[in-house]
Formats: sequence, C-alpha cells, structure tokens
Amino acid sequence: MNPGRFFIAIVRRELQIAFKRWSDLLSPLVFFVMVTTLFPLALSPQHAVLRNLGPAVLWIAALLATLLSLNALFRADVEDGSLEQLVIGPYPLPLVILGKTAAHWLLNGLPLVILAPVLAVTYYLPVEGVRALSLTLLLGTPTLSLLGAAGAALTAAVRQSGGLLALLVLPLMLPVLMFGARATDLAGSGEPIDGPVYLLGALFLLALSLLPFASAAAIRISLD
Amino acid sequence: MWTWFHKLASPPHFYRLAGLIGPWLLWPSLLLLAVGTYGGLVLAPADYQQGDGFRIIYVHVPSAYLSTTIYAVLAVASAIGLIWRIKLAHAVAAAAAPIGASFTAVALISGALWGKPMWGTYWEWDPRLTSELILLFIYFGYMSLRASFEDLNQADRASGLLAVIGVVNLPIIHYSGMWWSSLHQGPSLKTLDAPSISGDMLWPLLLLIAASTLFFGALLLSRVRAEVLDREQNSRWIQDLFGDSAGAG
Repeated sequence: MNPGRFFIAIVRRELQIAFKRWSDLLSPLVFFVMVTTLFPLALSPQHAVLRNLGPAVLWIAALLATLLSLNALFRADVEDGSLEQLVIGPYPLPLVILGKTAAHWLLNGLPLVILAPVLAVTYYLPVEGVRALSLTLLLGTPTLSLLGAAGAALTAAVRQSGGLLALLVLPLMLPVLMFGARATDLAGSGEPIDGPVYLLGALFLLALSLLPFASAAAIRISLD
Repeated sequence: MWTWFHKLASPPHFYRLAGLIGPWLLWPSLLLLAVGTYGGLVLAPADYQQGDGFRIIYVHVPSAYLSTTIYAVLAVASAIGLIWRIKLAHAVAAAAAPIGASFTAVALISGALWGKPMWGTYWEWDPRLTSELILLFIYFGYMSLRASFEDLNQADRASGLLAVIGVVNLPIIHYSGMWWSSLHQGPSLKTLDAPSISGDMLWPLLLLIAASTLFFGALLLSRVRAEVLDREQNSRWIQDLFGDSAGAG
C-alpha cells in the first residue's frame, strides 16, 4: 500500500469506528449549540450586545467543543493495543497521526464550520461577519485539531487527563482564537480581514508541517 | 569538549561540582542584592513623574527578565535531554520549572502593583502582560504534565517535548498579541518604555539583575542536587557518600 492509500485507510477506519457511536459524535456539537445558547440567556437578548459578543462567543464555543472531543482521540487505540501495532508497522507514525487528525477534523471541526453560520444568524451577525466566521473557522479548526492531537498524544498515558489537556492545549490555541474572533469582528464592521486570515493560514501550515512529528514523538513516549 | 560534556552529565560528578560552585554564586548574589537594594531604594533619586513608585522597577524588571530566561534554560535543557538522552538535563529542567513559575508570578504581581499608580489599573490587556500570563500557564502545564506520570523517564520525556513545543509557540503567542492589539482601533496604552533611564537609577537595576541571575543559578544548582539525590537514591555512589543506611530507604 502506498502512503496515500494508507492515509485514506486510516481516515476511513476512524470514520467507521466513530459512526458506530453516534452519541459520542454528537455531544461536542450539542455542547457547541448549548454554550452559544447560554450567552443570550445570561446577558440580554439585545441585538447590539449580541452582535458585539457574537464573534468571541462562537469562537470560544468552537474552541471548547474541539477540546471536549480531544480526550478520546488516542484513548481507545492505546487501550486495545492497536496504536502499538501502528507504531511498529511499516508506515511512518506521523502519517498515522495525520490521518487520525484529519478524521478528527472531519468529525468535529467540519460540523462546527457548517453549524456556526446558523448560530451566527441568531447572534444577528451581518452577512460579512457570517462569511468571515465560516472562513476563519475553516482555516482555524484544522490547526486546533493538530494542536489538540499533540496534547492528546502527550496525555495518552495519563488517566483522567481532561483538565490537564485543557491546561496544556489552551495556551497554544490562543493565537488561532485571537485572529479568528478578531477577523470575524472586523468583517462585521466592514473592515478588510486579509491580515488575520493570512496569519491563520500561516499558522495552519506551520502546525501541519511540524505538529504531526511532535505528536508522533509524544505517542512513542506515551507507549513506553 | 565532548568528554567534558559527558563528564558533566554524570550525576556524581555534577553533584560534586554543583556543591562546589553553588556557594560561589550564592554569596556574590546576596552581596549584590544588598548593594543593589540600598542603591535602588535609598541612593537613586525619585522619578520626577512617578515619584517613589518607580522603585518597583527594581523588583519587576529582574523577575520579568528571569521569567523568560529560565524558560529558555528549561527548554534547552529539555532539548538536550531528549536529543542526547541525558537524564541530568531533564533533572535540570525539572528543577528550573518551579523557579521560573515563581519569578513569572512575581513579575506579574509587581507589574500589577506598579500599574495601579502608573496607569490607574491593576491589569491591562497589553500584549506583554498577556504573554507573561500565558507563560505562567505554560509553566503550570509543564509542571502538571510532569506530575501526572508515575514513571520518571516518561515524565521527563513528555514534559521535555511539551517544553520544546512551548518554545516554538511562545514567540508566536507574543507576536500575535502585538499584531492583535495593533488591529485595535487605537492603542489604549503607552508602552513601558520610559524615556531613557538615567545613570543613577540604572546602576542599581543592573546590579539587581545580576544578583537575581546569580541567585537563580545558586537556587537551580541546589535544586538539581536535591533532584539528583532523589533520582539516584538507590545507586552506589550515594551509598558511598552517605553510608549504607541513607541509600537503603
């Protein structure tokens, strides 16, 4: 099998396993919707307030929803030993990680990207803001998945790693959050967003080129 | 050069060497600290704008400088430990982390106390303040990851990897903070760059920076010694050093 087909096989395996457990798949999305619903209820449903807070709330909710789904990324594979098989297998471990990360994004990031515009409308974001939100989430959530995979790999051997994972990963995710929310905010007030969007793209490429290797090293440490 | 490096990495040798060097760092640091504190609090004139409030600089700048320097020490030690598999380097990283976190906390607290009379607020979401706070979170993350493993070797390597990831990320976080705030409508805050500081205010600051650095060195060496004792407690040379009863426990 060539590396490309192997990558696709890994992604397909992840998707098949995930679709067997619908509830696990849905809970981060339900969480995302719940968190975004809490804010208008706790603040006040005034259009101006919600329009100002919308970009930040939606981005933070997306960040937390991603975090929620990360714990399970390597857990099952560590427990049943399949990750060990993949480590000693003939294919490079970073490719395995990349496949798992891609599947994680397809299952968690992509639904957020699709769902966010709907929620953005309930926050009265203008059309430009909604468009910027989709664009920045599309560029930013893969970076979040890559960073999260590194964190999950570091904590794969740790029991009850939920809080620890948040502590490790959230500081690393901050730049993505800052640029994503700010670009959405700027677009809403009719300003150009090229700068933050390019920066998000640069962060994604940087994460894509470095983090799978770091995650692979972390997995080797965790399996020791 | 390499034999020297390998000799340094041997725990008994390092333990002895650190014990010899430690006092030579500690006493000069205390001396400089005394002279610098006297110079800063008594001899230096009050600032014409900030009055005596500016004297917080003598605590704030050394600790802020050390907070990042210690992270660099931690990351370099971790990288050495990961690349050459030198356990002593991991011990150095482990020993440096709590010191770095403490200096970061001191820098944040002294900065907040300084900010109140200067800017009229304890906290401002300035990029520098924000990245200092995130540095503290990264120290906490490093220490909790290290604490969450039972196997020492695993803890060393996992937290070392995190330190290396963090060192790539810190500049990104720092500069994103700057770009992020430059995207704001207008700067709400002037930077700390005071109009170039005058000589009689400067020399106590330089002395205190040197004193804190030496103090960090002394503290680090003694903490690494403790760490080495803990890690090597069952080894032969420790039993030789303290007699058989010490090593048995």
